[in-house]
Amino acid sequence: MASFPFELVSPERLVYSGAVTEVVVPGAEGEFGILAGHAPFVSTLKPGVLTIKGDGPTRKLFVRGGFAEANPQGLTILAETAVPLAELPADKLALMIREAAEDVEDARDPVIRQKRAAYLDDLKAAAAAIEADGRAH
Amino acid sequence: MASLKELRNRIASVKATQKITKAMQMVAAAKLRRAQSAAEAARPYAERMETVLGNIATAVAGGPDAPLLLTGTGKDNVHLLLVLTAERGLCGAFNSSIVRLARERAYALMNQGKTVKIFCVGRKGYDPLRRLFEKQIVEFVELRANKGVTFADAQAIAEKISAMFSAGEFDVATQFYSRFQSVISQVPTAQQIVPATFPQAAAAADGAAATYDYEPDETEILADLLPRNLAVQIFKALLENGASEQGSRMSAMDNATRNAGEMIKKQTLTYNRTRQAMITKELIEIISGAEAL
Repeated sequence: MASFPFELVSPERLVYSGAVTEVVVPGAEGEFGILAGHAPFVSTLKPGVLTIKGDGPTRKLFVRGGFAEANPQGLTILAETAVPLAELPADKLALMIREAAEDVEDARDPVIRQKRAAYLDDLKAAAAAIEADGRAH
Repeated sequence: MASLKELRNRIASVKATQKITKAMQMVAAAKLRRAQSAAEAARPYAERMETVLGNIATAVAGGPDAPLLLTGTGKDNVHLLLVLTAERGLCGAFNSSIVRLARERAYALMNQGKTVKIFCVGRKGYDPLRRLFEKQIVEFVELRANKGVTFADAQAIAEKISAMFSAGEFDVATQFYSRFQSVISQVPTAQQIVPATFPQAAAAADGAAATYDYEPDETEILADLLPRNLAVQIFKALLENGASEQGSRMSAMDNATRNAGEMIKKQTLTYNRTRQAMITKELIEIISGAEAL
């Protein structure tokens, strides 16, 4: 399969850089896979699992907040948080979900409340996906 | 003329000071290396962010529903000055040069009849500014508890600024920090952060902007990205500041160590001269006493 350059950048550092064959990205409007030579495309991310397939073993990372930019030259993902699933402490996600739930409770403005509720749902979905992944191994 | 004992004490105290400044210099050198690599590691993110935002911004700019963070409120009556300084002193002119730049800007704006509000990050900027602009300081954030700056710190500041902006509390925001050029040169810099500015080159060079597909649409992406960009810009400034602070402290402490060395040399000379003079005086006294007999 054709490979393409891929970069995963978090504010603190460059997390991943190299040639890959396929990347599955949790986009705001659904997961999508990127292969070599993708049309120019920009999407925001929802919290979820990013899957990188290349020559080596498949890598999975938890990403949150940011966006993906794909063009025929390659793919760049800017994520506020990007942690390999193996390094993600089990209680961290639970904590984030708890905080998000509190945020939903605190929100008075219905629009903001809805947004935060959607974020909470995304987080829960991500947690479920991660757990399912853990069982598969 | 100071007595020998006084001179000895003075030399000992300067030596103790020199030891401290020497240690501070070495600590600053070690911290500088870390701060510098942190600043470098953060650079790709900020650059990517700028390019992508530049692309989207050119596609959306001028549209009726372009977000205010990008286009501004159309006024420039109320200015917010975000002054980023260190939590600690003893780093040469680092803090005072940032404060001076901000102070001059504030006076210039006030002379034009604009309202100025000040947002301080770091005590060393807050203390001198509070004396001059007591009532104009709207926020003060201290980063002392933290070891190094994290993105979360920048995000917290950015959220406060976003909230103030959406509440209509200011029209234009500018951040003041020190750009790290080298160990001996840090440039106090003012950068406008709201409305967002992009380097013209980035927007112009990418003619392909229009051909991108956006999901969700441009406006929504922009609404998500602009606050993020604010945090990134502040984060970048904080990191640059961190490196500048350590660089500045390193050279200041290097100077102090050298000065202390010179002082020790001078005082040792005086000490030896005085001691010699005393001996000579005592000898003369003995000899003349013996001759008188």
